[in-house]
Amino acid sequence: MPYLLLLPALLFELLVHLVPMVVGVYTSFRALTQLYLAQWLHAPWAGLGNYRIVADFNGAVGQALLHSFVVTCAFTAIAVGLSWLLGCTAAILAQDPFRGRGVLRAIFLTPYALPVYASVITWAFMFQYNNGLVNYVLHNELGITSRPTFWLLGDNSFIALVTVSVWRNWPFAFLVIMAGLQSIPRELYEAAAIDGAGIWQRIRLVTMPSLRPVNQVLVLVLFLWTFNDFTTPYVLFGNAAPQPADVISVHIYDASFLTWNFGEGSAMSVLLLLFLLVVSGGYLLITSRRRDA
Amino acid sequence: MHSLGGLGGKAAAKRAPMAPPRSFIWTRRIVLGVLTIFALLPVYVMLSSSLKPLSDVTSTFSWIPTHITVSPYIQMWRTVPLAQYFVNSVIVCTSAAVVSVLLATFAAYAVSRYRFRGRRVFTLVVLSTQMFPGILFLLPLFLIYVSIGNATGFALLGSRTGLVITYLTFSLPFSIWLLAGYFDSIPRSLDEAALVDGCGPLGTLLRVVVPASIPGIVTVAVYAFMTAWGEVLFASVMTDDSTRTLAVGLRDYSTQTDIYWNQIMAASIVVSIPVVAGFLLMQRFLVTGLTAGAVK
Repeated sequence: MPYLLLLPALLFELLVHLVPMVVGVYTSFRALTQLYLAQWLHAPWAGLGNYRIVADFNGAVGQALLHSFVVTCAFTAIAVGLSWLLGCTAAILAQDPFRGRGVLRAIFLTPYALPVYASVITWAFMFQYNNGLVNYVLHNELGITSRPTFWLLGDNSFIALVTVSVWRNWPFAFLVIMAGLQSIPRELYEAAAIDGAGIWQRIRLVTMPSLRPVNQVLVLVLFLWTFNDFTTPYVLFGNAAPQPADVISVHIYDASFLTWNFGEGSAMSVLLLLFLLVVSGGYLLITSRRRDA
Repeated sequence: MHSLGGLGGKAAAKRAPMAPPRSFIWTRRIVLGVLTIFALLPVYVMLSSSLKPLSDVTSTFSWIPTHITVSPYIQMWRTVPLAQYFVNSVIVCTSAAVVSVLLATFAAYAVSRYRFRGRRVFTLVVLSTQMFPGILFLLPLFLIYVSIGNATGFALLGSRTGLVITYLTFSLPFSIWLLAGYFDSIPRSLDEAALVDGCGPLGTLLRVVVPASIPGIVTVAVYAFMTAWGEVLFASVMTDDSTRTLAVGLRDYSTQTDIYWNQIMAASIVVSIPVVAGFLLMQRFLVTGLTAGAVK
């Protein structure tokens, strides 16, 4: 009986997630180009050919992939760090009840509730060269920059991408840490207060250590979301992501659907899958060992 | 009497050092104030720019709209076939949400009420599918849909059905997980009473468990709808002109010779309303469900 109830859900998950993973590995060993798209099962065998091209960091394809990987790592590290920092700060400051706390929480959830593409397209508008808000504030109002800045081209596109990503993700960190704070026993704070600890010391000595298990999971989730994010860069930059912000999801997408070379695209995807498995597995191993100790 | 007074005095002494100092209150005001501005800035830009004429959004930015007009809200339907995209999105997302909730209800009931071989594996596999980027499934799924189309003549690529099937699996894992938790909180004695009354497992689920879990089921439905509503990657590859959804269609305003920023902003507002409304309605349940996974 339980299997019968699970079957429909399982079938769809198999069709959309597990079978494609197997097919992805299969096609990564095939010379699958546009010619064979309709009969992809009969695409010629390529052995490790695709992997050789993709992982040859002296060749053009491999070099571009390596560059994209480095960009993604840098982007993820900065964006996750900032999202966590903002979310954690806000949650700790809003821990004790004060007037307007409920309203504030609703406001902080806005970035999370809006459809991604609608908010990211608004950010794209705000980053426009001639008519955007960011240049208006920095150049016209504050006079920080001597001339308007191109935010969606060149090196600055990295900053733009990080900004939008942090804007989207910090509310989640805020929510999770808020929930985590509720499970810290009040007695701990009271005991610390009686021992003469001020509020800043209480945050450092009681709050932060208690949040550790929550943070461990939160950082992993943020890492996966940010590393895998496609929508933000795709909507922000359009089809051609600028080099300094060419993150891996968009890179594989472009490499596959602009050239229709699915063989190489699959090889890149498999490498990405392996990387994510190793990193997540290693992270879980380290954090759980530390928790046991 | 004396001892009671002593206790009261102790409690007061306890409370006093807990009161935050001024430095903390000012830090709180400033940091939360800045974050409020950061969070709401795009919403303000969206709203104010959607009320400006084209000439005002193509020239230097201004905080306050000087020539307020609602014409972007009218023109946006003509510049691109927005109404059609809207209909497509509503059909796809509603179908995906309904099917997802239905499947999740059955699966969650199994996970909650039965101890079976592979139960943990099932939960793990389902959750781990959330870890990997969509791009990983996109290429192979594209190929599989091509093959199914060739073999059966039923084109999934470019059809709404293909998109519905894809989307419903995105929300399924979380839905199952959340609903199983919800079902766990419903007393087993209710199940047993139904069984005694002659209901089969399916009857028990439909007549007892489901009616008692309406808030959880609605939450899951809202979540599934929101997930589908905001999806861009698969929509960009799997739809054609006639099945395009809002997620992709909104970009059409930028491919014209002019970029109609005021209409884009107006359209963004309109496409946000359904999900923001749903989110606000379900906020309490959704937030609990979303955060529980990380906290537990």
